[in-house]
Amino acid sequence: MKMADLLRTPLYDLHVAHGAKMVEFAGYDMPVQYPLGVMKEHLHTRSAAGLFDVSHMGQVILKPKSGEVSDAALALESLVPVSILALAEGRQRYALFTNDEGGVLDDLMVANRGDHLFLVVNASMKHDDIAHMEREIGDRCEVVPVTDRALLAIQGPSAEAVLSSLVSQAAAMKFMDVAVLNWGDVELWVSRSGYTGEDGYEISVPNASAVSFAEALLKQVGVEPIGLGARDSLRLEAGMCLYGSDIDTTTTPVEAALEWAVQKVRRTGGAREGGFPGANRILEELENGASRRRVGILPDGRAPMRAGTEIFDGDTHVGTVTSGGFGPTVEGPISMAYVAAECAEIGTKLDGEVRGKRQPVTVAELPFRAPQYKR
Amino acid sequence: MKFTEDHEWLNVEGDLVVVGITEHASTQLGDVVFVELPEPETQVSKGDEIVVIESVKAASDIAAPVDGEIVEVNDALADNPGLVNEDAMGSAWFFKMKVEDMSQLDAFMSEDEYNDMVE
Repeated sequence: MKMADLLRTPLYDLHVAHGAKMVEFAGYDMPVQYPLGVMKEHLHTRSAAGLFDVSHMGQVILKPKSGEVSDAALALESLVPVSILALAEGRQRYALFTNDEGGVLDDLMVANRGDHLFLVVNASMKHDDIAHMEREIGDRCEVVPVTDRALLAIQGPSAEAVLSSLVSQAAAMKFMDVAVLNWGDVELWVSRSGYTGEDGYEISVPNASAVSFAEALLKQVGVEPIGLGARDSLRLEAGMCLYGSDIDTTTTPVEAALEWAVQKVRRTGGAREGGFPGANRILEELENGASRRRVGILPDGRAPMRAGTEIFDGDTHVGTVTSGGFGPTVEGPISMAYVAAECAEIGTKLDGEVRGKRQPVTVAELPFRAPQYKR
Repeated sequence: MKFTEDHEWLNVEGDLVVVGITEHASTQLGDVVFVELPEPETQVSKGDEIVVIESVKAASDIAAPVDGEIVEVNDALADNPGLVNEDAMGSAWFFKMKVEDMSQLDAFMSEDEYNDMVE
């Protein structure tokens, strides 16, 4: 794709003005890092606050044609193995679109906003997700892509102080709460969540106000703009999946160690058991386990083991790294891999092959760093 | 000091050549988190990939700039790979080579020529 064909978020000029190095991501020209650099941006987010532009992600409103939000919830439940009906107004939860084979089409956030559901989906999948919902539940819901709003994230231990200095009600929100808050006459759609393992917020803001809102955040003490490079190392330390790398149509939610996202009510014996694509396989794996599992991998040495690194138990190939690199807060190399179920126990000693050489690794608990959420 | 198109610098110290990467290259790589160095007393040929530099972004290979024997490597980089970002042109040298034919260095760039290339 030529640079001229790339899409820009409303904050493009702001990124360039802050000295960002821009790269293509999901069809957008996005900041991968600022002059601070990936390592310092990562550490800054963990110690103060980082501002992320995630406007490339898909924001979608799901409006029930009946007017009853429970009908939108039930419609969406036909596409995800998640209890949406039990999601209270003003709350958000993690969900997965599955396919008939039990694979993952995308992962997303779903919020109940009273008379409709609000979804945030991955940038690379948003067009597919919207088409999928229109095709499968378009008779029951209006699927409305939100294209007139940017999406920002403010993450880190100072995030609450920073955002509440602009909108004081943000401080009272708990992890996974959503609220409409007014910044002057600008309507913000705020959720207390993120993709770093830190406390923080994601804020949907009208395109026309995105720059002034971002600038107001950047003016606060301890706020630095953070690029996609540090976003990736932050989420890796937090044990979170990157769609397309750690989960995709060939991985099931159970293989991906995401059972926690499937509430009891959707499991075998639950009141709304099954009823989502791939239910046969996913319900069976929830009962009996899957043949492979996503785990944390800690290389014993210092060499990072990146995506594609093959994992061995003695001479037997038992898995592959799907994400890996250096964890600035962990201060060492960290990876996530799918390994055979019999090798997935925490503490199992395996080998990773880097540049033709087998190097010892240990299966480790995810996340690599405990989350700092305000519950 | 001489410079290669692969962003290495070569400094002659007696009958040895000290090799590192330029500050320009270290900036492009980003934060360096791991450096894998060759074993001393290894015979290498020009173009052999003998050093691996892992930054937060990616892994890069550094090739032997000339034929010769590795006589010493910079063990400080094992404990402190970030030295490559702090002092690429000085204390973050990678290895010292014994070079049979010093005339191999003649083809490389001067500092001015290198600076022109990366500008």
